[in-house]
Amino acid sequence: MTDQEIMTLIDTTLVNEFELNIDDMAAEASLKDDLGLDSLDRVDMVIVLEKAFGFKMGEEEAIKAIRTLGDIHAFVISKKQQMH
Amino acid sequence: MQVRRVVISGMGSISPFGRGVETLVESLFDMKSAVVNVPALNDLGGLRPRVAALVPYIDPKEIPRKFRRSMSPMSVFATLACQEALGQSSPPVEYFTNGRMGIIIGSTVGSPIVTEEFFRGFLASHSTEGMRATTFFQIMNHSCASNVAQTLGINGRILAPSSACSTSCQAIGYGFEMIAFGKQDMMLCGGADEFHPLSSAIFDIMSAASVAYNDAPHLTPRPFDLNRDGVVCSEGSGIVLLESLDSAKMRGAPILAEIVGYATRTDTSNIADPNSDSMEACIRDALQDAGINADRIDYVNAHATGTIQGDIAEAAALNRVFGDNVPVSSLKGHLGHTMAACGALETIASIAMIGKGAIVPTLNLETIDPLCANIRHVRSVEHLSVQTLVKNNFALGGVNTSIVIRRYEHD
Repeated sequence: MTDQEIMTLIDTTLVNEFELNIDDMAAEASLKDDLGLDSLDRVDMVIVLEKAFGFKMGEEEAIKAIRTLGDIHAFVISKKQQMH
Repeated sequence: MQVRRVVISGMGSISPFGRGVETLVESLFDMKSAVVNVPALNDLGGLRPRVAALVPYIDPKEIPRKFRRSMSPMSVFATLACQEALGQSSPPVEYFTNGRMGIIIGSTVGSPIVTEEFFRGFLASHSTEGMRATTFFQIMNHSCASNVAQTLGINGRILAPSSACSTSCQAIGYGFEMIAFGKQDMMLCGGADEFHPLSSAIFDIMSAASVAYNDAPHLTPRPFDLNRDGVVCSEGSGIVLLESLDSAKMRGAPILAEIVGYATRTDTSNIADPNSDSMEACIRDALQDAGINADRIDYVNAHATGTIQGDIAEAAALNRVFGDNVPVSSLKGHLGHTMAACGALETIASIAMIGKGAIVPTLNLETIDPLCANIRHVRSVEHLSVQTLVKNNFALGGVNTSIVIRRYEHD
């Protein structure tokens, strides 16, 4: 997968799960303030992304530091690179 | 302690007939049956019933995702029914947040649909991986009450009684007492349940589910009928908004009826078998609570689910309290058994009967069982001015409940 394909898959997965507007999926969008995702949603976000990408990410310390959609993009891209 | 008068200022219904109180009442008076053949019941090994009464499809997306994410169908039903009741009563916004409006909404169990989904995954994997954070909130026993409170922003008392068939009758009774004793000014009270094949299975295992009319679903259940053969499971939600009379009058709210008495009693003779002595004691307690004699009752809305034993026991209890002159009918023939919702849905329908000056007869009562012939059955729509009525619900587990409801005479 290219980085762009990864970002697109993340965006569409979150749009579908949380009924978001694709136009709001900007890298700088805050998960909490802009996309309205609270602590319960963050748990389910990890679950749907794990399912979409086929690897575990829930136990990663880095996941706790994620604040924006761009942070998720970077995290998943980094994880994919580590796996190769 | 000064006891306050309590009235109903709003009602909401999600029933197998569809959305809204008007739809419910019209369908009952039109003598419609909501019972249908449910093909999915063929898939459960050992299950004999093939009939149920199901709520027509509702798109849950009309509830914002933030609130819907923790809801199973029963919470969706309860929330929409509450919105209808609040829409009719139109309480001022400050009631929602001043701690004086509460919620009492129960269900028989937490969501059986989500519970099954969860255990399918859990038993296959023996792992907590992949578990969603929102699943618990759909399974917990107070899911309906909590989801309604969160969605509507109501921050007073909250309670989720769980007593199967008596759930929403108890909810109304406890709400009545909380307002009467001045602890709350308004209470959204009722119950909700969603259909699952195991609901039918519970009654089937006890030989109390209807199985003889699988090819003619509209002919069952048959309360008090000689050829009845048991319960038909159903789903939905009924909600009434209770309010102190003073509050309702002060703000010019619609006053649909008054709750004047309530009783609930435990039948310790058997956890499953109905007992007419215990039923009678409960009804008499409710009349005493209302401070009226049995001869003041114009109508009884029976629990009568169409089981062999239950209908006979209730008829015997009613005969001993009221004799054989008070009109009695059951709405289970139309609706099936909506479980935790039945007390409130039947209360709503009974209040509508007061308003219309007419009584809905028992559907599918063709040949009265001689053992149930000791009361006066309503066989066709009867035009009658009902001043005061009794609503009964009797639940497995020995939970008996009766409410006394009176027409409100406006000043």
